[in-house]
Amino acid sequence: MKNIDNSNSNSNSYNNNKLTSASTLLLFLLLMGCTGLTLGTCLGSTGFEASWFSHNDLISNQIVWEIRLPRSIGAWLAGALLGLSGALAQGLFRNPLADPYLLGSASGASLCVAIMMVMFDEFSNPWLYKLGLNGAAFLGAMIAVLFTLLLARGMQHTLRLLLAGVIVGVVLGALTSLVTIFYPELLPSMQSFMLGTTNLMNWSSVYFMAPVLLLCIFVSWILSRAVDSLGLGEATAISLGVNLGLYRALLILTLALATGVSVAQAGLISFVGLASPHLVRSIVNVTFRKLMFFSALMGGVMLLFADLASRLLISPREIPVGLLTAVFGGLYLIWLLSRHSVSNGNSNSNLNSSKASNL
Amino acid sequence: MNDVALIASNILVSMNGDEVVNVDNLKISKGKWTCIVGPNGAGKSTLLKALAGLIKHSGCVDLPMLSCAANESFKRAQHLAWLGQNEECPDELSVYDLTMLGRLPYQGILSSPSLDDHTAVKEALESTQSWNLRNRAMGDLSGGERQRVLLSRALTVNAEILMLDEPISNLDPQNQADFIAVIRALTKKGKTVLSVLHEITFGLMADEILVLNNGRIIRHGHSSDSKTHLALEQVFDHRIKIHDLNGLWISLPKI
Repeated sequence: MKNIDNSNSNSNSYNNNKLTSASTLLLFLLLMGCTGLTLGTCLGSTGFEASWFSHNDLISNQIVWEIRLPRSIGAWLAGALLGLSGALAQGLFRNPLADPYLLGSASGASLCVAIMMVMFDEFSNPWLYKLGLNGAAFLGAMIAVLFTLLLARGMQHTLRLLLAGVIVGVVLGALTSLVTIFYPELLPSMQSFMLGTTNLMNWSSVYFMAPVLLLCIFVSWILSRAVDSLGLGEATAISLGVNLGLYRALLILTLALATGVSVAQAGLISFVGLASPHLVRSIVNVTFRKLMFFSALMGGVMLLFADLASRLLISPREIPVGLLTAVFGGLYLIWLLSRHSVSNGNSNSNLNSSKASNL
Repeated sequence: MNDVALIASNILVSMNGDEVVNVDNLKISKGKWTCIVGPNGAGKSTLLKALAGLIKHSGCVDLPMLSCAANESFKRAQHLAWLGQNEECPDELSVYDLTMLGRLPYQGILSSPSLDDHTAVKEALESTQSWNLRNRAMGDLSGGERQRVLLSRALTVNAEILMLDEPISNLDPQNQADFIAVIRALTKKGKTVLSVLHEITFGLMADEILVLNNGRIIRHGHSSDSKTHLALEQVFDHRIKIHDLNGLWISLPKI
């Protein structure tokens, strides 16, 4: 064991196109997470102030511990859930451009939120308030994924699953637009959900997301070898004794759960799920077990810093955090695209076309 | 029964209503390299996949060396390894990690690779002269290197039976020769190799040849048997001729 490890590290020069090793990345992501959390508790609408333990000032105490800290932790958790779902989606569809919202969860969540807002206005049912907008978003995401699965007639064919997800997304998106045409007064409040927002996070969101994140990471950990083997094609995966049906079901369930919970708490945050696995892959070559873990950490750090920027850039007002992730994520992908086309365009376009045809 | 690695009976594979493979009775000798040859569309790959249990088929495939009690999929996966044609692979994985996937049938869900797993990976990579590639990403390899690593992945399973679908197409001659050498070394160790090959000359290097046409076995015989050669020439419409070159059989086109 030791021998093998040593000889591995001796010849790391082969790995020259990658910037750093997995452990360095882990350390960096954890450090960034902690820095982000610390900054998050200091950064308010009034500017930078580090007042963690001012015993005589109850209000600032409350701001730090009841508003800023849960908001920052919540942003990290929502980002981590998205990063993890991104890795899961890309593993499931075996396509580097897969996005966690591909199964239709985003449009399902927005439709349900829109309907819920209408119902708030029309009837005042206590049951509805209990469910709340978060509950509605989660429910919507789950129902949409269910629709997608029904439409795809199971999960045997990833291409059919992908198409079904797109169809469900378009139809539910159209229905949401229909709702907002009849109730235009919903638009401003819908907007904060559609753009993604972290400023509604509180401790209960944290308590809700943290166990889900742990559960999803655990299940992904179990599935990770199967995901890797599926990269060799279905026939090889079966020949290695992988139970494809069971593995797909678990993968889709975990993906739906992680995406649904994150959408319910933070709205439709774009690009974090797509970009974090890419970012990890561009830094290290790792198996899926590490990829999904790093993607979660990366997603968390991304959303945490996007949240900081959203508070800082036009303070005392806030930019919706989803706008920032969309802009930064888009810029990053454009950069990635241009870098690939310059350095190894040939091999990579082959890669993408072969991956696409494998769908 | 001790010299048989695989017994197949009444194998029938249909695709879209058409019968693609129809094999009544087939015995694959243990410790031998058997090669399936035949024209395009003869059902070679389909037969191999059916024998490997990767596609739906009627009839039964029996692995005498696998104890009857061990019906679990991972036991079968340990017993029979598969290397597909033009196999895709995740480009971001390192060669070492990819080869380690061959140990999947031996690993528990949550356990990390054991010392045995590491040894098997090292041996497999060394046997294909790929050990020096182990830290490279799959996406950075050339076609030949890639195929060598994929073969290592299949070797890592340490299975009794290795099934290869067109393993040496798209390889340069030197890689092809290395491939044949690896296969020969395997059969010398008593492992059974069953392959589909497009190049008849390479197929003639196998111990036994299965001549397939229209999904049916035309001939199953020793590769130096003249009747096998005749059957081969026949399924290719006598457009090839098999020559003897100092004990090596080579097939050349007849124009």
